[in-house]
Amino acid sequence: MDAGLDKVDRILEKETAIIDGMDISGSWNRMFEQRVIWDYTPELIEKITHLPGGESFGWCYQCASCTPVCPVDMVGSYGPRRLFRAVQTGVDLFTSADLWLCTTCANCLRVCKKEVDMVQIMPATREKAVLDGFVPEELQKAFEDTAKYGNPLGQPQRKRAAWAKQAGVDVPIMKELGRGVDILWYVGSYPSYHPRGIDASLAAARIFHALGVDYGILGNEEKDDGDSQRLAGETGLFEMLAEHNIGVFAQYEWNTMVVTGPHEYNAFKTQYPKMGFDRPLMHYTQFLAGQLPKLQDLLTHSLPLRVTFHDPCYLGRHHGEYDAPRALLQAIPGLELVEMGRCRENGYCCGGGGGGMWLDSFTANHTSMRLSEKRVMEAAASGADVLAVCCPFEVSRFEDAAKNTGNGHLRVLDILELLDMSMRGNGY
Amino acid sequence: MNIVVALKQIPSMADELPLNAQGSNLDFDEVDFVLNEFDEHALEQAVLVKEKSGGAVTALGVDLIEALDDVLYTALAKGADKAIKIVGDFEPGADSHTQAAWLAAVIRDLSPDLVLTGVQAANDLDGQIGPMLAAHLDLPYVGVVTGLEVAQGVAKVHKEFAGGVVADIEVDLPCVAGIQAAAKPPRYAPISKIRQIAKTAQIAEAEAAAAGPDAGVTLRRMAKPVATGRADMLAGDAKQVAAKIIDILTERGLL
Repeated sequence: MDAGLDKVDRILEKETAIIDGMDISGSWNRMFEQRVIWDYTPELIEKITHLPGGESFGWCYQCASCTPVCPVDMVGSYGPRRLFRAVQTGVDLFTSADLWLCTTCANCLRVCKKEVDMVQIMPATREKAVLDGFVPEELQKAFEDTAKYGNPLGQPQRKRAAWAKQAGVDVPIMKELGRGVDILWYVGSYPSYHPRGIDASLAAARIFHALGVDYGILGNEEKDDGDSQRLAGETGLFEMLAEHNIGVFAQYEWNTMVVTGPHEYNAFKTQYPKMGFDRPLMHYTQFLAGQLPKLQDLLTHSLPLRVTFHDPCYLGRHHGEYDAPRALLQAIPGLELVEMGRCRENGYCCGGGGGGMWLDSFTANHTSMRLSEKRVMEAAASGADVLAVCCPFEVSRFEDAAKNTGNGHLRVLDILELLDMSMRGNGY
Repeated sequence: MNIVVALKQIPSMADELPLNAQGSNLDFDEVDFVLNEFDEHALEQAVLVKEKSGGAVTALGVDLIEALDDVLYTALAKGADKAIKIVGDFEPGADSHTQAAWLAAVIRDLSPDLVLTGVQAANDLDGQIGPMLAAHLDLPYVGVVTGLEVAQGVAKVHKEFAGGVVADIEVDLPCVAGIQAAAKPPRYAPISKIRQIAKTAQIAEAEAAAAGPDAGVTLRRMAKPVATGRADMLAGDAKQVAAKIIDILTERGLL
């Protein structure tokens, strides 16, 4: 990348120069002739800016504010400024590996004076690439599994609610309930199928039960929200899933939807409304933080743990929620919350967003270290015993990363699991 | 080059496979169907041949469970030019001999130069659709194919034999080939493209031949395998486990 960036056509230097009595002869007055940017053709940039959503790519004026905040740049050479420059100097983003490294974490957008918006540019560019047949194999598998089975893990749709049998409490399924509920809990794919995601779902079911929440889940009528597939370029798959889910949501009476994952939150808050679904929505941390007076009484067991919290990009930066997760952690008796250097608005990315969840090996081949590995090293450096998370993509990513980086002592737990431990007094 | 690909849907192996109450077959109301993976490769190989040597690809299949449309739209999105579904009053468990007869009756009218299908399917591992098609159409058959090109009236076929032996064979066209694997992994069809095609493309329908032929095989009973032995797990620390392993090996006269 950046071929020709440092190309200087001519060095201008006066042998003798005395200005206002000051001798600045020779190298003291050295100037570089302006880089000849007309060497470069705008066509490759226009291929991106002509796509709906890709327009802002052309607004970059190379100020480099994004470079120090881009999580991928910290483990490679990346960021919107570098991408723009690469395309300007001849890299075709549509066929370049660089197209797949952005996690749409939006930290660049936070600091960008020109509002170059990778959260729009990436899905637009990737959609074109996907249509033209350029899809990394790992990602293709996730797309195919989502299309076939309704979830990117390739698990049977009929088994989507199988986890609930282990909860030890009744988990009401809307189809069987035959009445409306206050809270519709959209569980999500990883909390339904991934063993560590299921741990969080079981904890949530026990917490909802203890709080006496009037809720129901959609069971095997629920399908993946599709937002990360959309951000990875599969717009059609997203639309197919959204149409299905919106149809199912409309079949039942409920007041508020609670989602386990921030990516689902983003889908239902920003994308589903474009397709006609616009209903009250909360991330589980927001819902439970609202129940704190009651929940607090249930948190009877002390957890003498040093805990640091990883802000999920799609809850924090994308939707401005930083306080609810922290309020829940601080409600747990005995628990000490410590912050990592990069937190809240500047939180580091786990690498799972924007399709990164299904590009793990691909990304690892194009970076010096996985983003999740970089992040667990920061968590370990904070002196924490536990890295607390509230996004279902993160538990498995960080647990693997902790093992890979020799930080096996660092436990990765969903906030739901910590609340459940404090409620029941076991498991830590 | 007129290329025909025969496709078949089979129960998804990602799910459990429940049996019907009589124990005579699967409970087809409780299983999901997917396209046979070998047929995905047959389709890919057909599109690769078309891309290299020109021609047109017709995808067809027996619409056993009234869910073949999506499979055919996907085939069109991947590069097939025409899609045909064979309709009729079917049992979802129709065997490969019967399906081959229905397929052959339609394929014959298409006058194909090349007929491709998966070498077998995971539901019955019968592998007979290809040979039966060839027999019905009176064409040569070559199976377990992992690459195929056509030139001057012949198909150059890369075929696998047991024991790691491979052979390059020339077969006169027209012929039937059972595809083990396409020369490249099956391509991805974006759902946007499939949905677009579903709005505009026509799927031709053909009536299944009135009376299915005798399959030759009757399925009498289907049962889940019964575990007859179990592994013993040795407990304890490394030393204790090692001592137990030595005891077991000594007891069996292996040490």
